[in-house]
Amino acid sequence: MRKLTALIAGLLFGLGLYLSGMTNPAKVLGFLDLAGEWDPSLALVMLGALAVSSVFFYVARQRRTALLGAPIQMPTRRTLDRRLVLGSVVFGVGWGIAGLCPGPAVALLLTGQWQVGVFVLAMALGMWLFERIEARRLAKA
Amino acid sequence: MTLPHNTVIALSWIPHPPRRPSTMTLSPDFTPWASLLGGALIGLSAGLFILLNGRIAGISGLLGSLLAKHAEGRAEKALFLLGLLASPWLWSLFATLPGASIQAGGAALVLAGLLVGLGTRYGAGCTSGHGICGLSRLSLRSLVAVACFMGSGFATVYIIRHLMGA
Repeated sequence: MRKLTALIAGLLFGLGLYLSGMTNPAKVLGFLDLAGEWDPSLALVMLGALAVSSVFFYVARQRRTALLGAPIQMPTRRTLDRRLVLGSVVFGVGWGIAGLCPGPAVALLLTGQWQVGVFVLAMALGMWLFERIEARRLAKA
Repeated sequence: MTLPHNTVIALSWIPHPPRRPSTMTLSPDFTPWASLLGGALIGLSAGLFILLNGRIAGISGLLGSLLAKHAEGRAEKALFLLGLLASPWLWSLFATLPGASIQAGGAALVLAGLLVGLGTRYGAGCTSGHGICGLSRLSLRSLVAVACFMGSGFATVYIIRHLMGA
């Protein structure tokens, strides 16, 4: 059952991305380009998403187990550290170059544009590098 | 006869200064309702995933843990991503897929992908994990992350489009 709901949630997420226009990198860049002809659509996507998901998260935070029985894995880290800030800044630079972030990139991957394939391969390489660097760092410590 | 819109006509006689492109002009591409509704669907997805499965719908986190050596719940994570991969197919059963215009060239895409991959893993989240799930639970870490990636995103596009003129 949990596998089925995961699949459905993934499908809904993708449909939402397509409907919202966020699978079009030109539109994302239109939001990030404050000095050009500004397209506030992305802000409304966030607003619509937060209006719905915050209700679910409010309920989820009162519980220990999810409705299908597994423990609710709420993130527990609280520290504001350099990794969080620098990592997010670096992500934003990459996002600003291509207008692609992980969600839309995955949703676009099978639609047949070579650009998305190149981006996703490079993104996977970046994530793999992170795992390697982290493993080495932990081995030293 | 005095019509209420007479005032408007009268006002139009006052000479206007010529219109200059201001720094804040709205794009004709703005799609408020579709974006709001699409956002609500994304929020529903993230909400169902936490409440039914107990998991955070953060795409970079899901991808990252599939690439990691040890991760639990691989099947559920992979199925969420499979749903995301298959969503254009489901969409195309009902309507034509909206266009996706990518201007960046090959080298720029490689650089962008590397930065997004590394940055989201070090920053422990992206637009979905921090932007939607994190802000939904009022996480200060996520608020800081969102401010950082939006800020550097704005700055990057400003540099590329308005300083480098690309």
